[in-house]
Amino acid sequence: MTERELKAKSVEYRKKILKYIYKAKAGHTGGSLSCIDILNVLYNQVLNVGPDNFKSPDRDRYIQSKGHCVEALFVVLADKGFFPESDLETLCQYKSHYIGHPTRKVNGVEQNTGALGHGLPLSVGAAIAARLDEKDYRVFTLLGDGELPEGSNWEAALTASHYKLDNLCAIIDHNKLQITGRTSEVCNTDPIDQKFESFGWAVRHIDGNDVQQLKEAFEAIPFEKDKPSLILAHTVKGKGISYMEDVLKWHHGVPTAEEFEKAQHELDEALTLI
Amino acid sequence: MEVITDKNTVMGMANLEKFSETLQSLAETDKDIIVVTSDSRGSGKLVPFGNRFPKQHIEIGIAEQNLVGVAAGIASAGKKVFAVSPACFLTARSFEQIKNDVAYSDNPVKLIGISAGVSYGALGSTHHSLHDFAALRAVNNIIVAAPADNYETEQAILQASALRQPVYLRFGKKNVPDLPGQIEAPFQFGKGRVIRRGEDIVLIGTGETVQPALEAAEQLAVDNNIDATVVSMHTIKPLDYELLSQLAEMGKPIITVEEHSVYGGLGEACASYLMENNYRNKFKIMGIPDEYTVTGSQNDIFRHYGLSCEGIAAAALKLLQ
Ligand SMILES: Cc1ncc(C[n+]2csc(CCOP(=O)(O)OP(=O)(O)O)c2C)c(N)n1
Ligand SMILES: [Mg+2]
Repeated sequence: MTERELKAKSVEYRKKILKYIYKAKAGHTGGSLSCIDILNVLYNQVLNVGPDNFKSPDRDRYIQSKGHCVEALFVVLADKGFFPESDLETLCQYKSHYIGHPTRKVNGVEQNTGALGHGLPLSVGAAIAARLDEKDYRVFTLLGDGELPEGSNWEAALTASHYKLDNLCAIIDHNKLQITGRTSEVCNTDPIDQKFESFGWAVRHIDGNDVQQLKEAFEAIPFEKDKPSLILAHTVKGKGISYMEDVLKWHHGVPTAEEFEKAQHELDEALTLI
Repeated sequence: MEVITDKNTVMGMANLEKFSETLQSLAETDKDIIVVTSDSRGSGKLVPFGNRFPKQHIEIGIAEQNLVGVAAGIASAGKKVFAVSPACFLTARSFEQIKNDVAYSDNPVKLIGISAGVSYGALGSTHHSLHDFAALRAVNNIIVAAPADNYETEQAILQASALRQPVYLRFGKKNVPDLPGQIEAPFQFGKGRVIRRGEDIVLIGTGETVQPALEAAEQLAVDNNIDATVVSMHTIKPLDYELLSQLAEMGKPIITVEEHSVYGGLGEACASYLMENNYRNKFKIMGIPDEYTVTGSQNDIFRHYGLSCEGIAAAALKLLQ
């Protein structure tokens, strides 16, 4: 896809994320909007995975550690044809498989996440399995920045460098917010880059809401031979909607009818400017 | 039937809200009250606590194992520590810290499991705690309880705070009505509360299943002329064996109802006591079966598994046949 096409996709995805959150009256709005450009580029440009090869042992793996932002994942999976988009009308309803976190009952979902701090160990395992089976698939995982204090992340970071897993790429959606407040004020994890580097990872900073920078970063992995790669994606929580950007309450805020209309309007505008 | 006072139910606040309110009232006069959270102060209704008593609030970030370990360390210096996190993470992720650093090492942390059971509804199984009674019952040196209404919640917090012993309390997040019987059956850990007396059948609930059990009793009385005894068995461990014996001696069927797996919780705790003591009452455990839990809201899930007023009444009729 061209940069323009990717940008248009991001806007389309943002509209759908808000649509289904608004309909379900529940969801993780801010974090879905901050990470959607990352998912867009991954699924439309990077991952060798789609409905046709999802059962193939050679497919690339994407494991979403920040499972609460499932709306972003579901919207992209629907667009890729893993299931009809109309399924999302049932989001969070009785007996629907489309619940508030990724589950493998939904076609295209690799792992059941939602408890934070699980995606990286699962991904390390998948990357080790690729080595054992002498396969070339790559493993990608998306973490929240608030999620980093979970000790399991650092345990897995050690395993990843110990086994020289350069088939593994972790992306941190560094939107600087979590539920309680600024990540730096809740539990300061800075400097994240130096921490991972000292754990044996190769790290790159990018603007994680810029599809071109995302494309280039993914094309460059592994950043160093024999090292796992970390993309520190600087993003804005609530990205794309003026009144949601970098505002705490939109972590799991659901827009009112008026707010919803305004958001759709802003996104329509954005589309004309691409 | 013996009438128990204040039968007109009044809708209270969520137990979590009451927990926060009670903790603030304690902290006003006691600098040793310390709250520890893991990005959970909002879900735990503790934002006002943090604002009023910033020095008594330690924020850990999203790291529940660390939360419990640190809480145990603070408690070891004589503080009255409340470690607050969603019940699902608190009792699964941090299980070893609870077992070793709190219970085994006898650091008297009060563990507060918020949005317990299936309170998180459609967020799914990662966010449900249907294992916490079972897991913690198997750990020595910890009280395990699920207060049902605002009264039980307030008393549980006040009494737990004064205890030099580890305690686990689990709370739901919806508003709950006040139950009857505050005068006849005052709250005390390890003592079940009989909140309705009847001759025909015994319904034992805990936490947020006491209310539907009571409603089922009212429905059975009106529709079927069946008079049920209803118990709030808030403390799962130590279980009130004395009360259980008295109930069993009525010789009537007993139903337990819990927002927990049917394995290892209130029901099996009661069953093993009754069995070992040669009681042969008809007996049924109601809870969440051992399957991939149905998806939906807490209400949907309760209804699906018969933990609603209608479901409990139907189970009672069946057992009485
Ligand atoms: C183990 C665990 N603890 C707590 C939570 C509750 N929780 C869900 S989202 C969230 C905040 C996540 O912040 P961050 O990782 O920064 O995500 P983002 O900003 O991208 O939404 C918390 C505490 C959880 N899902 N899992
Ligand atoms: Mg964040």
